[in-house]
Amino acid sequence: MTTTELMTLKTEPFVLNFGPLHPSTHGVYRMRATLDGEVVLDIEPVFGYLHRGIEKLAEERTYTGFIPLTDRLDYICPMSNNLAYCLAVEKLAGIRVPERAEYLRVIMAELQRLVNHFIAVGTFLNDCGAFMTPVVYMLREREKILDMFDMVCGQRLTYNYMRIGGVGQDIPEEFLPALRKFLGTTPRFIEEMEWLLKQNEILLARTKGVGILPRDTAINCGISGPVARASGVNRDLRKADPYSIYDRFEFDIPTGEAGDCYERYRVRIEEMRQSLRILEQVTKQIPGGPVRAEVPHLIRPPRGEAYAHLEAPKGELGFYIVSDNSIAPYRCHVRPTSLINLTALREMVRGWKVADLIVIFGSIDITMGEVDR
Amino acid sequence: MMPNLPMQAVPPDWPGGYWWHWLFFSILLIAFVVIMVMGAIWIERRGMGRMQSRLGPNRTGPFGLLQPVADAIKVLLKENIVPDSADKLVHWLAPVIAFAPVMMIFAVVPFQNGALLADLNIGILYVVAVSSVATLGVFMAGWGSSNKYSLLGAMRNVAAVVSYEMPLVLAIVGVVLVAGSLSMNDIVLAQDIPFILLQPLGFLLFFTAGCAEINRSPFDLMEADSELVAGFHTEYSGMKFAMFYLVEYAEAIAISAIITTLFLGGWRGPVLPPWLWFIVKIFIVFFFMVWTRTTLPRVRIDQLMALAWKFLFPLALINLFITAIQVLVWPDALPWGLIIVNIAIMVILVVVWSKFFKLGWGRLEV
Amino acid sequence: MTVALSGQELAKRIEEKFPGSIEESSRDSLVVKAGSLLDVAAHLKDAEGLKFDYLNYVTAVDYFSYFEVVYQVTSLEHNQTVIFKTRCHDRENPTVPSVTGLWQGADFQEREIYDLMGITFEGHPNLKRILLWDGFPGHPLRKDFQP
Repeated sequence: MTTTELMTLKTEPFVLNFGPLHPSTHGVYRMRATLDGEVVLDIEPVFGYLHRGIEKLAEERTYTGFIPLTDRLDYICPMSNNLAYCLAVEKLAGIRVPERAEYLRVIMAELQRLVNHFIAVGTFLNDCGAFMTPVVYMLREREKILDMFDMVCGQRLTYNYMRIGGVGQDIPEEFLPALRKFLGTTPRFIEEMEWLLKQNEILLARTKGVGILPRDTAINCGISGPVARASGVNRDLRKADPYSIYDRFEFDIPTGEAGDCYERYRVRIEEMRQSLRILEQVTKQIPGGPVRAEVPHLIRPPRGEAYAHLEAPKGELGFYIVSDNSIAPYRCHVRPTSLINLTALREMVRGWKVADLIVIFGSIDITMGEVDR
Repeated sequence: MMPNLPMQAVPPDWPGGYWWHWLFFSILLIAFVVIMVMGAIWIERRGMGRMQSRLGPNRTGPFGLLQPVADAIKVLLKENIVPDSADKLVHWLAPVIAFAPVMMIFAVVPFQNGALLADLNIGILYVVAVSSVATLGVFMAGWGSSNKYSLLGAMRNVAAVVSYEMPLVLAIVGVVLVAGSLSMNDIVLAQDIPFILLQPLGFLLFFTAGCAEINRSPFDLMEADSELVAGFHTEYSGMKFAMFYLVEYAEAIAISAIITTLFLGGWRGPVLPPWLWFIVKIFIVFFFMVWTRTTLPRVRIDQLMALAWKFLFPLALINLFITAIQVLVWPDALPWGLIIVNIAIMVILVVVWSKFFKLGWGRLEV
Repeated sequence: MTVALSGQELAKRIEEKFPGSIEESSRDSLVVKAGSLLDVAAHLKDAEGLKFDYLNYVTAVDYFSYFEVVYQVTSLEHNQTVIFKTRCHDRENPTVPSVTGLWQGADFQEREIYDLMGITFEGHPNLKRILLWDGFPGHPLRKDFQP
């Protein structure tokens, strides 16, 4: 080939299909990526492979009967889903929750946040190519929390623990000692983990400055949770709109500025520390008493509508419920954190390489159960 | 007659002369490589399990020692699937072409003094030449599968091998200068002190470039499982997949064997018989590869290139110059003095260069 | 604490600016006429003192006689929130203007409503079914949906 021929060589973008069965699509996410060599020109997300029609199912269930289905939304953190739904129904029906139950709810929600961040950070590093090692260590720590959940509700994945007006049952005697032991060992684990990873040149090279999400875009796209906070949106519903009893505890909201993958990773690590801080305070303050308000089996909230949201590990999770004074919700809408957080993915990955596409996607931390519902 | 063969390697009066000798030892070598690969797989799986706070395979035989056998039987029984749109001939040939050169490398690796299939006087050059051929097989696999993941993986592999050949060869030249010979056997014989001490920087460069050349983590871009599913062998199954699997580990064993020969004194060592020393050293080097795999995240393709051209290549050149000067000016210098000087040079160079050179930090570089 | 703005008060302010744009208002929400939805939404997003720059969610409810599309927006600056709705009475071909131009976050959610409730969002850049496949008969979240 002559030089002129080489100069006029045309390259063509091609479409590469990621998923729904791909090692790092976190379930059944699918995207059609248009690539120019290794550079991502555009992606088109395709959802729906896990759609079970949970919102429609809610209309066929009693208010209490829907709680087990909320477990199946974001199956990494069912406790948060339970809590968000119960908050919405309680707001709708005007039910007050006993003191001890509130504390138990906070314990569960914060443990759930730890579980989620363990998995989020582990799988994120796995997407970076750290072959399985971080994720296995994270799962080891998660296991301790799952054992505790097992104590309180006999389940390890779908807990179905929260009830409207409280929680399912009181914690067993061995729970609080186990929690205290966990609180003693975990900070050291997080330190160690962070120490091993934050100075790793390859990790920094792969994540610093990659997949920047500007603050304005984050707000405009409705991004919430650690992803938004890493972009400098200082909004955590635990502080901004305190629900349950979060106004009684002292904790900080870690925020970042750069909005890149590294900041998202760092914010999650910091949030784990803050969760531990909250748990420390909860274990000291927890009072005795009933764990469930006197609530009839079949709840008939007055006609109306309510939206309750909470700071789930992935971001703002909310339930919008319309009641027609019957025993089942007239309409139950889930504000899907994962789905809305994916809105900005397209802008974030344009111009980056295929390898970054995976890393950026991993840093958003989604669960397909919640995206597709 | 084969004038190049040293006296120890000349066989007794075998019927048929040298050809029988070569046939016998070729088969022995292939068996050796396959057994070493099984050992490597066991070390990798159990070692990784240990490092990842899990057990690893432990159901087959004592300590799961028979796991590679079980894997092999499983993979042999699998259906051989060829995609409809694949280029059948290329798809079929690829594993063979990838497999052959790796075996050929072992022809010049000395197991003890003179115990090698062919003591070529250009041994190390032959290794460099032959090992690059395996890339051809990988690219054929990528092209012939008519799968975009495979193609991307294969392209990454070619790019990586072309870039990393440079620092690899330059690191070897340093050793050759010190040893004064290209023959693998002579290089080992020259190592009264293992060259890892005389050529610490060369060793570091060779190890890094070698890992990249055979696509071990953190440079395993061509089969980056979190991005490209399985890279170039996505569309392979059954025995053909087993061939690639074998090649992957045989390459790792080959690089370990070459590192052992060039830098760790080959078969030389006290007490134990030479061949055992050799095998032990191979596994020690391989263990370090497993260690890096469990520890480090993967680099990106542009960072991989940048590392080769901006970090390894200049350092390899500097190393070559320093070695040349040392060999020319102080040919009879006390080795221990040189060792201290060289280690100091390595530390200074690596530290200074890593100040200049950051792995991009997210910036895209071509 | 996020303050929920009173729908009635806000309705008064908007009525001054866009006369005839409010259909109804109550303590916790206001119903905007579909025709002036975009104007009101833009006002809510940009006006001084309101600055509702964050869209919590968009959803739709089927009330048999009409569809109601519900928007909740929050102002991060003032930490206040408001729910505004719009109704469309046409059951055959319900149409509502899309707010994706104002809040990009509505993108997937409007597609979801289009998919499950069958409401067309005018001006949406990529209005395709999102959860169900293209040939799916009907819209499952409608109350009269027969599987």
